Amino acid sequence: MPSVSTQSVLSGYRVVELASERCALAGKLLADMGAEVIVVEPPEGCATRSWEPYAKDEAGTENSLHWWHYNTSKKSVVLDLDNSSDAQSFRSLVASCDVVIEAEPLGRLDAMGLDWGQLSNTNSELIWTSITHHGRDGADPPSTDLTVLAEGGPVWSCGYDDHQIAPIRGGGNQAFHTACHYAVPSILAALLWREGSGTGQLIDVSMLGAANVTTEFATLWWLNGESQVERQTGRHALPTMTEPTQIQCADGKWFNTGVPPRNKQEFKALRTWIEDLGLVKQCGVYEILKLGDQFERIGLLELDDDPLAGEVFHAGREAIEFLGTHLPAYELFVGLQQRGMACGIVYSPDEMIADPHFIERGFPHEIDYETRNARYTHPGAPYRFSNTPWAASRAPHLGEHQAVIDNLSG
Amino acid sequence: MIKSAPQALENVRICDFTGQLAGAGATKILAAFGAEVIRIEDPVHRGKWDILRGVPPWVGDARGLEAGGAFNNHNAGKLGITLNLREPRAKELLRELVAVSDAVTENFAAGVMERLGFGYESLREIRNDIVYVSNNGFGATGPYSPFKSWGPIAQAVSGLTHTSGLPDLPPAGWGYSFMDHTGGYYMATAILMGLLHRQRTGEGQWVDLACSEAAGTLNGVATLDATVNQRPMRRSGMPNSNRSQSPQMAPHGIWQTRGEDEWVAIAVRHDEDWKALSGVINEPWSTEKRWERLQDRVSDESELEQRLAAWVITHDRREIAERLVDAGVPAAPVLKPQERIEFDRRTIDLWVTVDHTEIGQAKVEGLPVSLSETPWSVTRGAACLGEHNDYVFGELLGLHKQEIASLAEEGVI
Repeated sequence: MPSVSTQSVLSGYRVVELASERCALAGKLLADMGAEVIVVEPPEGCATRSWEPYAKDEAGTENSLHWWHYNTSKKSVVLDLDNSSDAQSFRSLVASCDVVIEAEPLGRLDAMGLDWGQLSNTNSELIWTSITHHGRDGADPPSTDLTVLAEGGPVWSCGYDDHQIAPIRGGGNQAFHTACHYAVPSILAALLWREGSGTGQLIDVSMLGAANVTTEFATLWWLNGESQVERQTGRHALPTMTEPTQIQCADGKWFNTGVPPRNKQEFKALRTWIEDLGLVKQCGVYEILKLGDQFERIGLLELDDDPLAGEVFHAGREAIEFLGTHLPAYELFVGLQQRGMACGIVYSPDEMIADPHFIERGFPHEIDYETRNARYTHPGAPYRFSNTPWAASRAPHLGEHQAVIDNLSG
Repeated sequence: MIKSAPQALENVRICDFTGQLAGAGATKILAAFGAEVIRIEDPVHRGKWDILRGVPPWVGDARGLEAGGAFNNHNAGKLGITLNLREPRAKELLRELVAVSDAVTENFAAGVMERLGFGYESLREIRNDIVYVSNNGFGATGPYSPFKSWGPIAQAVSGLTHTSGLPDLPPAGWGYSFMDHTGGYYMATAILMGLLHRQRTGEGQWVDLACSEAAGTLNGVATLDATVNQRPMRRSGMPNSNRSQSPQMAPHGIWQTRGEDEWVAIAVRHDEDWKALSGVINEPWSTEKRWERLQDRVSDESELEQRLAAWVITHDRREIAERLVDAGVPAAPVLKPQERIEFDRRTIDLWVTVDHTEIGQAKVEGLPVSLSETPWSVTRGAACLGEHNDYVFGELLGLHKQEIASLAEEGVI
């Protein structure tokens, strides 16, 4: 393997981020890959510093776990943009940077003379990224992650077979994440283009648009055939109701049965496992599984046309459900996967990070909190670069890097 | 003549093995930004490794291998060639293509590229500064590396399924492959970071992307609550993802309105929002003092939700949302696919019509961003199987027409 590079992917780039829950992930993704990301906070600190939960449940500016997660590897400076001297510092800071990321209320920066239109004159290489509700030319309705996911499509597809139960917003503020997931590739493409052209530009990211193009079949079935998908418990929303894919295992944990066996090797592996577990007599579909030996591959579209294929396919599904009543979810997951069948244990986020596979890969990432004399485990890298590793250090204290401002020229 | 706008990635060429959504979704973004994405398919299986090729939903009245709407959507703007990599001559041609490409991308199961003879070390021998990005469920190393995955499995294992639902019910999960979309976004990010690093240093590299790990970064606050506070997510009353725990908001949820399966989402961020909402409701219960403070609303949240539900059910979802937004309170109807795609003017630029060589015009998704100097562009549908063999093998790699014809006859392409 080549030796590890002395520089990170984004080292040398300076990014100025106006602190906001809507764009924090974009800054984090760049900071953890080596960019110098300077998050600009108001004197009282970013609003998310007051978001629960707190470390050790003690409220305080430096204790929000939301702040800790979303602001790793960044620097913090305090600027009161309503104050003319601080506004001038902000201008100087922007003049010194490569990328600005902001999700301010529409019109706020413009009214202060601190928007793209005013600041790009002094820095023609500047890449300015706005994350807005539905574009800088649009309106700016009061909105949250919940309302964007509701009107943007995802909520319609998530929920339960029983449609008397409300549709569901998936957890984790994913509307903000998805907007950031479009902002970052756009910024990187703009940086690549700037390397050749020497010219910056304005990137305008629509949160509502990002949600709209992140709904998979809800959109695809409408664009192609004008069919409306319907929500279904723990599985894809589709125009027709499908069979359940989620079971509760012997230890009470939920399990995604994925794709049941479809060829003779898989049927044989499943049968042999039932034999090894001494469960042949209790398994009502064991004899039907033997018929699986006749199939090289059962196509899902053939199930209705070939009664035997349908019966064998369903026996495979039932055999997995049967095993689930006897085994804890983890054993079922590893056992089926080792036998070639795609399936998944339904972990909570904290269970995922404690799983042996992810530990062996180094996904749990310990960060030093030197002022607390402690080290805490964070989720690690979403990708592994062979030469330029991802790295994350603790989120900054409020104004911890104010010297950046003092050192600005002009 | 109007000079067309430049494209950000107009000098980038991708040698692309991706399929499905988790991989193809990534290179679709690069193609929209102007990269020349050359997608390679197996002529023996007619490209059906990609399970979305030639399956419903169909584009219009068309049927068959080229008519899959999802395939057309995820591969819009790319070129398509065929290579039967069981044949030594096909491997030679692939080596030639890699030599003139900036990046190689794939989302096969772990180890497939090695078995084909095109693992990272082999790719580097062809082109030392190649950027290679692999994307699969569990990554290239570790005990689960051979495990199979698709969106719902990465979602289940990472915690995304668990954190989506209501207490005392099974997980609702995500009603679509959120992690195929998002795995694709991370893959696009990784490719572009690799290219940018190479542009600045001349150095290529391999990026090992595991979709389940990318997913594991998306519930960081819940993870930290466990690692810092020893408070596991699996506890009484949780998850409840229609409520808001970080930050605390109440009421915060989705309630049924008048009409068949019609719902409205309302988020009361703070006491001022509540004041505005209680004014809009304007019933004796809503103006009671007991609801004025967030902590009180949180501690009696279930009762508050019941009262709100009883009010909401008698109203129209759009009317409620409009009145609340006018009063400054975040609210939105839960929009159905037709409503957001056909009638929401705020996102009208997202849906673009492409020309497909065989099936004609079709609608696909564009990008939810606008770049002032290098706008994205999606104009061509997915390539037909081997549609660009003449261009790639002829113009790019310099083969003669007869040679290309005999390669096709011999089953090499």
